[in-house]
Amino acid sequence: MTVTTDWQKSAYIGGQAADARINVELETEGMTLNLGPQHPATHGTLRIVVRLDGEQVVWAEPVCGYMHRGYEKLCEVRTYPQVTTLINRIDWLGHFANEVPFILAAEQLMGVEAPPRAQYIRTIFFELARQANLGLFLGDMGVQLGAITPVFFAFRDREYLLNLMEAATGGRFHPNFDRIGGIKEDLPKGWIDECKGAMKRQRAFCDEIEDLLMGNEIFQTRTRGIGVIPAAVGLEYGLSGANIRASGVDWDIRRDEDSPLAWKHADWKVWTHPDGDSFARYWVRLQEVRESTYIVEQLLDGLPAGSIQAKVPRIIKVPAGEAWMHTENPLGEMGYYVVSQGGLGPYRCKIRTPSFNNISILPWLLKGVYVPDVITILASLYFILGDIDR
Amino acid sequence: MVAIELAYWTATAIKVGVVLAIIPAGALILGYVFLMKMMSHMQSRLGPMEAGPHGTLQLVADGVKFLQKEDIFPEKADRRVFALAPLVVLLSTFLLYVVIPAGPTLIVEDLDTGIFFALAVSSLSVLGVLMAGWASANKYSLIGALRAAGQLIAYELPMVLAVVGVVIQAGSMSLQQIVRAQTDGEIFGWGGIGNPFLLTQIVGFVIFLIATQAELSQTPFDMPVAESELVAGFMTEYTGFRFLFFFMGEFGTAFAFSAIAATMFLGGWAVPGIDPTSTLADVVGPFALGAKIMLVAFFIFWVRFSFPRLREDQLQTIAWKYLIPISLVNITATGILKVVF
Repeated sequence: MTVTTDWQKSAYIGGQAADARINVELETEGMTLNLGPQHPATHGTLRIVVRLDGEQVVWAEPVCGYMHRGYEKLCEVRTYPQVTTLINRIDWLGHFANEVPFILAAEQLMGVEAPPRAQYIRTIFFELARQANLGLFLGDMGVQLGAITPVFFAFRDREYLLNLMEAATGGRFHPNFDRIGGIKEDLPKGWIDECKGAMKRQRAFCDEIEDLLMGNEIFQTRTRGIGVIPAAVGLEYGLSGANIRASGVDWDIRRDEDSPLAWKHADWKVWTHPDGDSFARYWVRLQEVRESTYIVEQLLDGLPAGSIQAKVPRIIKVPAGEAWMHTENPLGEMGYYVVSQGGLGPYRCKIRTPSFNNISILPWLLKGVYVPDVITILASLYFILGDIDR
Repeated sequence: MVAIELAYWTATAIKVGVVLAIIPAGALILGYVFLMKMMSHMQSRLGPMEAGPHGTLQLVADGVKFLQKEDIFPEKADRRVFALAPLVVLLSTFLLYVVIPAGPTLIVEDLDTGIFFALAVSSLSVLGVLMAGWASANKYSLIGALRAAGQLIAYELPMVLAVVGVVIQAGSMSLQQIVRAQTDGEIFGWGGIGNPFLLTQIVGFVIFLIATQAELSQTPFDMPVAESELVAGFMTEYTGFRFLFFFMGEFGTAFAFSAIAATMFLGGWAVPGIDPTSTLADVVGPFALGAKIMLVAFFIFWVRFSFPRLREDQLQTIAWKYLIPISLVNITATGILKVVF
């Protein structure tokens, strides 16, 4: 405003003072609320300290590390084949996908490459793990918003994928199937047809979820415009995977980087969404599951014959050197930086997991939202606690 | 009709006994039919189908489990208020049944202000919820209780306004009279099936159902419990038997509200073709009412199992910006039609 005369000035100051007084009177005492470490929305032992004004979040900070399991240190005291049993458990829903980048890094150091059949099977399992993981997310988002039915559908259809896993690897959660230079065993008889059936069911599940949850008006009002991440901010915080694709960044390591795995042999699409809100993240993941089923079907059709194991020494010793290998895991970019000094096991292994970076944006994102939206945002960012507290 | 003369105290004792028996029975039936069977079929859940034939023993097993649990008071809780709260919630449920008729003579007390009384005592449960939330000394509980208070206040209004249309059309607030008005009535000269107010008060019925959903804190209006954000809200700190009280209160109230909706809009105990003053109506009445209750309850639980939860401010928006104006229009239209015809 332009102040000209004295009385206008004093009126202005008086008005300001009155406003200030009203604000003081209306100000309520803040309340600090601990979301977690035992809270259903945190999927585990994540604690988020939020300061509330009424139901509005003024300040939020995630506190993690309650479940720290010291993977990076444990890797140093194990041999290369033993490490796979361990890193299965980092992202416990995307089991097989955790093994692949480490094995690839070790292979890169040793200079071996798995035969094509092994690469195809690896990729198929990788995608099955993606579907098992993201399928659960699709149901779980409903639970966080109060609709419990979708998650039971998700568990029902996840069962088919886990059965496939079990039939081929013997493990439902911890396949431990990847070997340096190949995979442990070939696919069992009749597995391919069963897998194709499961892919059809998975797509039916996607349609069902789309009808039941995504098309629901309440779901849309709860998620649209909630927790908007602009592309620039998301990139700054190091977000990856569907979280950044939902902000319109067209980036998928499977497509953009040259990897020995078989994605390049299939015809598929990376979906992005311009909005960057919770709904966009949900939508992108739904499409990702759909695309994943197409990838698996195409790879099954084009599965080459031949050996599944390259020639490697019986006792694996990796020559000295450093290797960085990353893949597009269900949650985003996951990579292993393996340093070898020529021993039986890695000298140092740095693990880059997607969830840790994905939730680092929380303090920025949670400012000014309501408590129910905190849950929506947490659910839509989708993290696995094992992935954060590795 | 056979007139049975009973002493006042005997009659009262029988009535109290009946009410005390009906609520747990109603809660059990709804719990079994909807929570167990319908939910497990809708959600492809297998657990509740295993115990006993068709899963009939599951609720009994759950009850026994609740009884075995330790009775915990939080350290900083206000013990007396904490202990009293579930009883207050349950009390409001019991009082609801006083005015619901199950036949021409099967009613605990035919109050002239029947529906008014029912809506008044139903809001007693807010008090219980607030007591529970405050006395728990838990922040989640407090938020849950305050949300519950805001929500129940917001939805009491459309509920009352939805009922007003029925009251105008029937010309009475007594639930018994409302049922009779429906059996006697005719629409535009046609009285083939009487005049269930569902035909003329469809708007009121829809608003009443929505408000019932909110009053019962069922999805999509279950913010006070909100297990994923507030960890069961005002019930967070309750264990064992006290939790069971809340649970019974919830299902008992669902039963009672379905009964009120059935009575007010679907003709209550009346069956087309049966003389509403005969003894036969007294025999058939409870079953007819039961069937209609199940119909309404099916709808309530269907919504519960398929919808996500709204946010608190969105809930208030629906109540104040949509339901109340629509129900006011409904009242006006009913009043005009009442005068014209």
